[in-house]
Amino acid sequence: MHKFIRRNIAGYAFLLPWLVGFLLLAIGPILASLYLSFTKYNVINPPRWIGLDNYVFMFTMDDRFRKALSVTFTFVAISVPAKLCFALAVAMVLDKGIRAIGLYRALFYLPSILGGSIAVAILWRQLFNYDGVINALLRTVGIEGPYWLADPNYSLWTLVVLAVWQFGSPMLIFLAGLRAIPQDLYEAAEIDAAGPVRTFFAITVPLLAPVIFFNLVLQMIEAFKSFSGAFIISGGTGAPLDSLLFYTVYLFNEAFSFLRMGYASALAWVLLIIIAAFTAIAFWTSKYWVHYESQRG
Amino acid sequence: MAGVTLSEVRKAYGGLEVIHGVDLEVTPGEFLVLVGPSGCGKSTLLRMIAGLEEITDGTIAIGDRIVNDVPASQRILSMVFQSYALYPHMSVRKNLAFGLTNLRMPRPEIERRVAEAARILQIGELMERKPRQLSGGQKQRVAIGRAIVREPQLFLFDEPLSNLDAELRVQMRVELANLYNRLGTTMIYVTHDQVEAMTMATRIAVLSKGNVEQVGTPYELYNFPRNRFVATFIGSPKMNMIDAVATSGTAAFDDLGALPIAAADGPVSIGVRPEQVAIGGEGELTAEGTVSLVEYLGSEIFVHVRLASGRTLLAKADGKAPHKLGDRLPVAIRRENLHLFDAAGLALPRAA
Repeated sequence: MHKFIRRNIAGYAFLLPWLVGFLLLAIGPILASLYLSFTKYNVINPPRWIGLDNYVFMFTMDDRFRKALSVTFTFVAISVPAKLCFALAVAMVLDKGIRAIGLYRALFYLPSILGGSIAVAILWRQLFNYDGVINALLRTVGIEGPYWLADPNYSLWTLVVLAVWQFGSPMLIFLAGLRAIPQDLYEAAEIDAAGPVRTFFAITVPLLAPVIFFNLVLQMIEAFKSFSGAFIISGGTGAPLDSLLFYTVYLFNEAFSFLRMGYASALAWVLLIIIAAFTAIAFWTSKYWVHYESQRG
Repeated sequence: MAGVTLSEVRKAYGGLEVIHGVDLEVTPGEFLVLVGPSGCGKSTLLRMIAGLEEITDGTIAIGDRIVNDVPASQRILSMVFQSYALYPHMSVRKNLAFGLTNLRMPRPEIERRVAEAARILQIGELMERKPRQLSGGQKQRVAIGRAIVREPQLFLFDEPLSNLDAELRVQMRVELANLYNRLGTTMIYVTHDQVEAMTMATRIAVLSKGNVEQVGTPYELYNFPRNRFVATFIGSPKMNMIDAVATSGTAAFDDLGALPIAAADGPVSIGVRPEQVAIGGEGELTAEGTVSLVEYLGSEIFVHVRLASGRTLLAKADGKAPHKLGDRLPVAIRRENLHLFDAAGLALPRAA
């Protein structure tokens, strides 16, 4: 035992900074939030144990919780497929082999680097303002644009567009996946009289399925967690009429505007379970539509 | 069944021309092998016939129809790829049926053809498997099956056996030859292996650097090569080549002696196949040398005989011949067995 410690002490010493950080900054808060979710806690007074009350309230009485779920599910259901389709379409164009492909890859990836930032959300607010660039452009072709951000019928769509615009990272992964499909399969399909549409659905999609699946799971998790765009554009409240009340925005408000830390912790755990459940569903369905070449059986 | 006619076919990538005006006539029902060293353009030529590669100039006709602008899918041909190119996510059955489904063929007809192909190729018990569960030889059979269900007017093979091990290659060679005899459809077959070419072909086209060097039956190519390239490429082991200089109707082949030849003054070369270098026999050219290597193959041996000049002649002898390393041996070559080439490497009329 002594020998073991002496031999490995240097290794543990090097590991220590990360280990301390992980325990204090990740595991600690996670366990703390689990505890807090069973309490009433307003930061000023010590937490008071109330058992399942937070969860009971959430599922039986909280209308804004339901609204937040519906906004978030709608956002995920629309933005994820739209973003993946757009990313795949761009990847297929780039895969055809064009000049200066490196430049295009960088340009298309740029929004994804900027995407999560506050600055872009602010820029987005400027673009979609009633007097913003989008409506100015529409006016040149004679269309009177709506109040994109103030009208609850349109506000969520501006965020969907913002999400789709950040297609860079799934696009790069799709591009790598497309490159990995052997060219001679396309040639065989061509000789087998498969048209472009048939080739896409019979060859490209099934062979890309592992990559599609990977992107789907990643983007789905990303979309459930989406926060800064909705927060900035709605002015931090989920306005107008709670149409931008993303789950994370609601959670943030409960925690930091109303200082209901116990309830916010419960919300966070419910979101974790929702994300885990959807990921599990995706994995479970994947065996019916994802073909892995290396797998045996 | 259709023939294929290539006239003045060229292919250039950017400014680099890789096929230099090929003329080739494939008669209906023949098994034509395109053979040549790697980089000679044989695969490119095949892919142009398939419609997978555009042609830069010239015309390609399948039957009477010029197909320059006809897409691959409408050329009514099948192709077997070197990598097999089986669809990895589809079962063997679906791989076979894929092309027929695309042609909107009625289901009973598809099933009949798939079953027929499975029977011919003995892959019936593999039908529900995925390609990754198949051995190399089985994949090869499925790839051929996918080609025959189309009942095409033309089969194209792009080095289909080169990914198989030696034993399987010989077996599949026989199966392919049997398949050809059974179907009688026109086949164009690309290989770099001259043994495959010789054993399977009705006719062979030898390619080198984007040109057709010679087209003919295996017999013609072996016995009457039109130039040095064909002479040395066809035949294993290679033909012996001896350079000389012709002066006033005579050429001296150092150790071997001199011969009157019908060539203009200048450099010439003679070629002689190893089986026509007689050990201890008679001939117009004779020499004596030392055995520097003996390769034993069972039924025959290859004897490397080093002459006084340092040149080595390769001679083929019976497997029971007693020659061994270091032996002094007389060798002789008969004049009628010589191939004579001029300075440009073109065959001259046999020395009279």
